[in-house]
Amino acid sequence: MGMVREITYAQAINEALDYKLSKDKKVIMIGEDIGKFGGCFGVSAGLFDKYGSERIYDAPIAESGQIGVAIGAAASGLLRPVFELMFVDFFGVCMDQIYNQAAKMRYMFGGKAKISMVIRAAGGAGMSAAGQHSQLLHSIFCHLPGLKVVVPSTPSDAKGLLISSIEDDDPVVFIEHKGLYAVKGPVPEEPQRIPLGVADVKREGKDITIVATAAMVYKSLEVATKLDKEGISVEVIDPRSIVPLDEDTIINSIKKTGRLVVVDEDYPRASFATDIAALAVAKCFKELKSPVKLVTPPATPIPFSPVLEKAWVPSVEKIEKAVREIL
Amino acid sequence: MNKGEISKEKLLWFYETMVKIRVHEERAAELFAENAIPGFVHLYTGEEAIATGVMANLKKEDFISSTHRGHGHYIAKGGDIKASMAELFGKATGCCKGKGGSMHIVDLSIGELGANGIVGGGIPHAVGAALGMKLNGLNDVAVAFFGEGASNQQNFHEGVNLAAIWKLPVVFVCENNGYQISLPYAKQQIINSVAERGKSYGIPAVSVDGQDVMAVYEVAKEAIERARNGEGPSLIEAKTYRFRGHFEGDPAIYRTKKELEWWKENKDPIIIFKKLLLEKNILSEDDLALIQKKKEEEIEEAVKFAESSPQPKKEDILKDVFSTSTKGVLVWEW
Repeated sequence: MGMVREITYAQAINEALDYKLSKDKKVIMIGEDIGKFGGCFGVSAGLFDKYGSERIYDAPIAESGQIGVAIGAAASGLLRPVFELMFVDFFGVCMDQIYNQAAKMRYMFGGKAKISMVIRAAGGAGMSAAGQHSQLLHSIFCHLPGLKVVVPSTPSDAKGLLISSIEDDDPVVFIEHKGLYAVKGPVPEEPQRIPLGVADVKREGKDITIVATAAMVYKSLEVATKLDKEGISVEVIDPRSIVPLDEDTIINSIKKTGRLVVVDEDYPRASFATDIAALAVAKCFKELKSPVKLVTPPATPIPFSPVLEKAWVPSVEKIEKAVREIL
Repeated sequence: MNKGEISKEKLLWFYETMVKIRVHEERAAELFAENAIPGFVHLYTGEEAIATGVMANLKKEDFISSTHRGHGHYIAKGGDIKASMAELFGKATGCCKGKGGSMHIVDLSIGELGANGIVGGGIPHAVGAALGMKLNGLNDVAVAFFGEGASNQQNFHEGVNLAAIWKLPVVFVCENNGYQISLPYAKQQIINSVAERGKSYGIPAVSVDGQDVMAVYEVAKEAIERARNGEGPSLIEAKTYRFRGHFEGDPAIYRTKKELEWWKENKDPIIIFKKLLLEKNILSEDDLALIQKKKEEEIEEAVKFAESSPQPKKEDILKDVFSTSTKGVLVWEW
């Protein structure tokens, strides 16, 4: 294996894009302000200079049109587009193209269309960006059949999963937590692929299972480290992709520990968290020693005030409390 | 416009294609009434000259995006009518294996990106195919078909603008049939023609009589040649009229019988073209009757194929969601 360095989550994503653009002429990028500006979060910095306007389409604000273009380019078999939807919150202005077009084409056409495209979007709270610029929303995409959904937590996962997503023949919604862009971690220089549908056990444990996504993985690990000092052994699982979902790793862990806390930053109703809870009840009912606990934000829009927003996002304290309650 | 330039072979193809679409649609209406075809069916009757005149300029590699009223586009582009008829029936042998129906008939192998159940939904798809053509250095063209109702939708404005700024080989063909289901054109837009919108995107645009296949062919030829020459997109509005309701079973109370009869008597694209063929001694009454008979036989063969085809199997429900295995995707046993 090649060299492993410490780079940020944003740099890791940039490396994955750079790698695929360099290796596959069919890969192009479409999005707003992804030219010289390098994307609103700087994630695509340098790519425009390297690949030019024939590969990097710095587009006017027309999200539905842009995604539609990406879909047509993929369906025709001529390109493998990566569309950058700045904030995932903006899915509302182009949702038809995502769920009625991209997600369903393969099925409605009897398996004939290959919609090989990635929708990259920044999500997540913590920047006091209020209700329309702070959501994570992976549950919504998970709800709609035909979309693969990836929510990476570490720089290494982000790179490996994005390469796999671009190489995938199905539409992938790739949600990047903007609170993690500056987080550093070890990332192999080599283009290591991480398959979709394989969870990562971020920490092994035997007393309780935490299933967490994106930024919540870090908070859950913090709780695990703290409780370890008291002799409480917490297993932390990051599914990494929620469609496809690595049910086996989650089920096996719950069967081993008999306890489950799901920690997620998306809204609580009809959500990823309730989905995992349902999985536990359906598949591990006999092994469960206590009720399943869900640690999520409340069912409200995300407030602007830093004080309110901090209280809205699941905290280390809340995760710890949930764990203690069912031990 | 020099109409003399069109070869006899092409004129024959115009007539055959329009008749094929007409017979197909009339038969589909009957089959729908007999409950042989489930779901919603939107027929192209009366609008045949548009798909025919445009498609006469395209080759197999060129892509089109279509609409919920897509049978005519599919047929004119060269789609296999057995596969589409079986699809209308919801059979396993259908072009979508019975998972799409009338609103989603497709044949990517002949450049048909699929009919689309969402108004305006397919417009940017043609733009995307055109982007792919340009980047791959191909000399191909993409055509987006849509109705005037779609020209009020974001995908029209965004798709046309993107094609214009990126100078892509696309032709936008608006089939203005006068009604957005029930809302007449005059209540949809205060302009007189959808073509007026071309100016705001800086692209050539023209309005044409959509009942005149020769006229449609000529304006499409010009626009498609421009696209092939790297001169960017164009917009064509073809003014037309649907001879049937928005969908089969539509009582069509929003228009008068008199209006419908006037169009059928005076603006039937097949009658208009037939007169021209006879006047110019290109084809005889006997030739025309033979074409009609042949097309009826072709459609009947497709209907027989559809009728005798097997129903899809229940286990097929789980197939074709993704290109990879469905493990971890469906989650629950089903």
